[in-house]
Amino acid sequence: MDAVLVPVLIMGVMGFTIGAVLAIASKVFYVYEDPRIAEVESSLAGANCGGCGFTGCGAAAAAVVGGKALPSVCVVAGPETTAAVASIMGMDPGTAESKLSCNSCDGGLRAENKYHYMGATTCAAIAAMYGGKKTCEFGCMGYGDCVRSCLFDAIFINEKGFPTVIESKCVGCGACERACPKSVLHVVTMSDRLLAFNQTDGRLAPCRQECPAEIDIPRYIAQVRDKDYAGAVATIRERNPLLLSCGRVCPHPCEDYCRRGIEEEAVSINQLKRFAADYEMNTGSRLPISCAPDTGKKAAVVGGGPAGLSCAFFLRRLGHDVTIFDAMPKLGGMIRYGIPEYRLPKEVLDWECQGILKTGIEAKMNMRLGEDYTTKSLKEDGFDSIFLGIGAWSDYMLNVEGEDLDGCYTGIDFLTRFALQQQKDSLEDTPIPIGQKCAVIGGGNTAIDCVRTLVRLGAKEVYIVYRRTRNEMPANMVEIEAAEHEGIQFHFLAAPTKVMGDANGKVMGLEYLKMELGEPDASGRRRPVPIEGSETVIEIDMLITAIGQGPDVSFKDKESLDDMRFTRWNSIEADPETLQSDIPYIFTAGDAYTGASLVVAAIGGGRRAARAMHLYMTDQEVTPVEKSLREKHIPVSIFDKVPGLNSTTRVEMPELEVEERIQSFVEADLVITEEDAEVESNRCLSCCITCYDKD
Amino acid sequence: MGDYIVLIISCVFVNNILLAQFLGNCPFLGTSKKMETALGMSMAVIFVMVLAGGITWSVYHMLLVKYNLQYLTTIAFIVIIASLVQFVEMFLKKSMPALYAGLGIFLPLITTNCAVFGACLINIGEEYTFMQSLVTSFGFAAGFGLALILFAGVREKIILARVPKALQDTSIGLITAGIMSLSFFAFKGMV
Ligand SMILES: Cc1cc2nc3c(=O)[nH]c(=O)nc-3n(C[C@H](O)[C@H](O)[C@H](O)COP(=O)(O)OP(=O)(O)OC[C@H]3O[C@@H](n4cnc5c(N)ncnc54)[C@H](O)[C@@H]3O)c2cc1C
Repeated sequence: MDAVLVPVLIMGVMGFTIGAVLAIASKVFYVYEDPRIAEVESSLAGANCGGCGFTGCGAAAAAVVGGKALPSVCVVAGPETTAAVASIMGMDPGTAESKLSCNSCDGGLRAENKYHYMGATTCAAIAAMYGGKKTCEFGCMGYGDCVRSCLFDAIFINEKGFPTVIESKCVGCGACERACPKSVLHVVTMSDRLLAFNQTDGRLAPCRQECPAEIDIPRYIAQVRDKDYAGAVATIRERNPLLLSCGRVCPHPCEDYCRRGIEEEAVSINQLKRFAADYEMNTGSRLPISCAPDTGKKAAVVGGGPAGLSCAFFLRRLGHDVTIFDAMPKLGGMIRYGIPEYRLPKEVLDWECQGILKTGIEAKMNMRLGEDYTTKSLKEDGFDSIFLGIGAWSDYMLNVEGEDLDGCYTGIDFLTRFALQQQKDSLEDTPIPIGQKCAVIGGGNTAIDCVRTLVRLGAKEVYIVYRRTRNEMPANMVEIEAAEHEGIQFHFLAAPTKVMGDANGKVMGLEYLKMELGEPDASGRRRPVPIEGSETVIEIDMLITAIGQGPDVSFKDKESLDDMRFTRWNSIEADPETLQSDIPYIFTAGDAYTGASLVVAAIGGGRRAARAMHLYMTDQEVTPVEKSLREKHIPVSIFDKVPGLNSTTRVEMPELEVEERIQSFVEADLVITEEDAEVESNRCLSCCITCYDKD
Repeated sequence: MGDYIVLIISCVFVNNILLAQFLGNCPFLGTSKKMETALGMSMAVIFVMVLAGGITWSVYHMLLVKYNLQYLTTIAFIVIIASLVQFVEMFLKKSMPALYAGLGIFLPLITTNCAVFGACLINIGEEYTFMQSLVTSFGFAAGFGLALILFAGVREKIILARVPKALQDTSIGLITAGIMSLSFFAFKGMV
């Protein structure tokens, strides 16, 4: 009997004692722990797999409650778990944006070897030896530590030798990021991607460093080469929502930095952009654009030009509620009312603007800041931040006698009035009377657009009168050439001194002084100096002055905006990195900030401002981009020679014949064919910092 | 005093619990990939093993022997070690949060560490006194730590070496452990 009873009793007593001690201990040594931790833990998968990067589900739960991880932390559970965790945390499950791994190098293997290597074939091993065997310090080494680290088979080394992430399999756990000794792989959310800017230590091709909108050019060209046109569109759209417009009017500063251009003709980057953009439009269906979950913050974007559209687009994609206010009847700003139909058909622009609005942006048209509302009233209406992208719409005056005679116009005024009429948005029906002999003063895009418009409107003789020479003209080179083909006569080195009128006050002549080029001025261009007694008169019956424009800041008189500073040229003062004005909730970009500039610059600025506004509205400090590469280049990436290239020729841009195009406003420049796009995309060297594909 | 030193040397080197007695292999392979984790684990094991050595000795001699219930040793020890770890965890969390955070997940892992259990059984089997069991427990734990840390050092270097595909990771780990174990056999006969 005892033989059974005693041991049972002893074990029972022991168990009881231990239980009691533990029970008491749990009271005595009680440490307050957020009860949500236990709740969250019980909703997680419970596999303790560590895939999330925390040591087990308990640690992950603590991190969620501590705000260090998102409800989507668990990589094995599905969206229901995320929703359950989010509801415990009282968060919108939406705020959990999913992460994806992205590879930022696509070809470190092409760089030269520093030494011959026969050791272990892991990235960690070779990185331990002088930072790798390639001369490129930044790039992928291709030994696949990331592939081995991935628990989900979501990475493979492609045939070119660098890692490719299979997005559908990637859960964003970050194992590859930790495994990569070169930090080539980054696990980021879509928002992180949209908010990324070029950095001094980035893996950036020279073209990509130069592009003001910082588009990943080599990537979209590679996608065109692989016939992944939708991918190319997505790549461009990650930086530039106005790809159709830019593909048509951008003067492509990127091409000046193309490495192929050092030895021969640069790759026709912008034609490829237009090709990809037109591809999407021609399919007739829009590619889906995803937006981050709503943040509940409201932003007002004043001005629906490229800067405003870009800012609104990125703010919307970051999850904010955006409303655009614009003074004109339709969106687009200067690219609608300045750039004429034959360069950018308004049908195309309409399609583009609709696509942007379709992400969920509201646009209120015919609403002028300073008249229909003020920045203060917007703030009172509940907008958390305000973007001012009002462009540069106020023409500079020549300040010579007779400038206000009948038959004299200013450039923006003329183009805008004509565009309004052409788009049948104007109240006045009487068209602007077009003269027989017209002179346009100025050498910028506005001047060229005026003369090319005049030719199409039937003017017999059209002159450009410009102070300096053709080389100094700020207009896009293709535009100048097109104007020459269309029969425009150029009067270079001519400074207007007087506009002469007849008895009825109608313009009849323009007097100018001939100039010669002297010493270079601050901008590096040689300053024109007048030649005494060289007055010349041209007979005209219409005159347009298009010598530049600045922002129209009349709105500032309608409210007391003393806290905001403006420059001498009426542009808004702001921090160049964050584009935040002196009033913390007001941001700016585009022509209103830079003075008359380019569409891409306005687009890049719009995104930069969107980043700062996002930081501001989500209560973070509005800091500059770290290691920002804005308007700079990575010195080692700029070559003066590119040996080993086979000579090739750039595809020609197809355009309408001169006789045909000057009869009407149909689009003059045409899109390249698919075959040409393939040839041209193969000319890209897929450069990175120090490497490029030799052919 | 001299006895104790001999005891420690024998536990650490000659009868190393890992490399001579082959106990505690799961944590040995599991936590030896990084020096950092190896250190954490070693500390946790030293802490728990000494405590467990003392308590199991007392329970054995004061309870089981008294009622002639030695056959219950195994089950009693399992219960004791498991609850001890629980207790220690709670205690540390409250009174030594820094140490608790340092040992982190290694504490609960020890519940399943057979080296702890093995050391306690050896203490009983060798009929050590209370003091002796404390010292041997410490010795075994230190030996475990030593082996683990050495092994982690080797493994951190292995990733830099060319290992045939079939032998990568755990396989080469076991081979390495075998060679280490052979070298520890050199201490045989020293004490
Ligand atoms: C004739 C011409 C040709 C050009 N050609 C080229 C070219 O080929 N390539 C190129 O890259 N760039 C070209 N540019 C420059 C380019 O158009 C501009 O740099 C670009 O449009 C600037 O964008 P933005 O958004 O800053 O301003 P804008 O495009 O000017 O947009 C400003 C918007 O704000 C609105 N607005 C203004 N004031 C108010 C107010 N008070 N309240 C509410 N809304 C207001 C306007 O209606 C407009 O919609 C050209 C410019 C002109 C004038």
